[in-house]
Amino acid sequence: MPEYFDGYSVVGLVAVVGVLFVAAAFAGGRLLRPMVPTPEKLLTYECGVDPVGEGWAHTQIRYYVYSFLYVIFAVDAIFLFPWATVFAADGFGGTTLAEMFVFIGFLAVGLLYAWKKGVLEWT
Amino acid sequence: MNDVLDVALRLAAVLVAFLVLPLVVGQAEHKTMAHMQGRLGPMHAGGFHGWAQLVADGVKFAQKEDVVPAGADRRIFRLAPAVALLPYLVVMLVIPVGPGGFVGQVVDAGLFFVLAVMGVGVLGSLMGGWASANKYSLLGGLRTAAQLMSYELPMLLAAASVAMAAGTLSLPGIVEAYQWWWTPWQLVGGLVFFTAGLAELQRPPFDMPVADSEIIFGAYTEYTGLRFAFFLLAEYAGIVVLCGLTTVLFLGGWHGPFADTLGWVWTLLKTAALAFVVIWLRVTYPRMREDQLMKLAWTVLIPLALAQIALTGVVKVVFL
Repeated sequence: MPEYFDGYSVVGLVAVVGVLFVAAAFAGGRLLRPMVPTPEKLLTYECGVDPVGEGWAHTQIRYYVYSFLYVIFAVDAIFLFPWATVFAADGFGGTTLAEMFVFIGFLAVGLLYAWKKGVLEWT
Repeated sequence: MNDVLDVALRLAAVLVAFLVLPLVVGQAEHKTMAHMQGRLGPMHAGGFHGWAQLVADGVKFAQKEDVVPAGADRRIFRLAPAVALLPYLVVMLVIPVGPGGFVGQVVDAGLFFVLAVMGVGVLGSLMGGWASANKYSLLGGLRTAAQLMSYELPMLLAAASVAMAAGTLSLPGIVEAYQWWWTPWQLVGGLVFFTAGLAELQRPPFDMPVADSEIIFGAYTEYTGLRFAFFLLAEYAGIVVLCGLTTVLFLGGWHGPFADTLGWVWTLLKTAALAFVVIWLRVTYPRMREDQLMKLAWTVLIPLALAQIALTGVVKVVFL
């Protein structure tokens, strides 16, 4: 089993390389670029006009229903991956296929319900 | 010692590919867009058809002042571009280029790993959007979040369909198992995957989160200099990764005449052709409205992806 995870040490290394690259770029940038802050410059740019009120304004969060839906569906979909590697192996065949249709059926019914309920509308 | 050298070489190769390929795509975009619109595009920098334009842009970005707005959440704001950029570097490591181990690193659950890591990149836009203390950035960030959640799912389902066809999650294993008729068999899944990928990268026509006519530049509005450049680099690295993955999953990767010796050329050619399509779509289609965007994901792409899974399952069990 330890050998199985050896590949991931290289993945870790490439992440380290990436962090080093970003750190070097930011450090190099600090040496190259000018730094002349003025109060006007540090003002939030927004749309070019001086901002009015708080930056973290009240806004209608429309996506939270999507995020519930996403979590439900994504957790379901995750189970597809281990299943996908074995479903056609010897001794599975027809039964697994029927199970797959049950699974897809559940997802489809859930999606239809959400659709009918109108939560798939953005506005 | 040889192992250390081998790993070092692979890491260096991945880093070089990560820094060069996005620039090639970017330059191709400059020129393709220009010619499709009856312009010439950059002609001056570097002499020959402005080949050094993006290098010049990079130099310019590095010399620009790095302004962090006084109202911003400073630490998150400065960290966001790195979070957006690095996942694509890690993903590039595991995309197979040619047969016989021509890949940065074989990861057994490669497909799963790739999808998981790519999801992290969008956090960068969210962090930037939230930390900017800018109403438009906040709106852009929220749109990014909604878009990610809607399009991640069809992408996942389409990828699962390929895993079912190949019976493995290893990316080289998938290419190894590929037969030419997989492309028509998985056609719907491929289209869903590519479309959802475009939406995750916020490329036109799915660029509502950065719609300049409504919310300036979305989550990236307050960024300047190098950090802004990193966001741009992340977008183009994302194009390379998406096209590479689509090639590997749906177009057979290195398969083609003389695959044993020229396999890597086929992978690169197919990836380049897809990158051209990405650019082409940007020039062709107007931006989709936000509600249309969400509707497309949930009422078109997800049902299509589920249908593809059913088709894959039936063909695999009944005919193979």
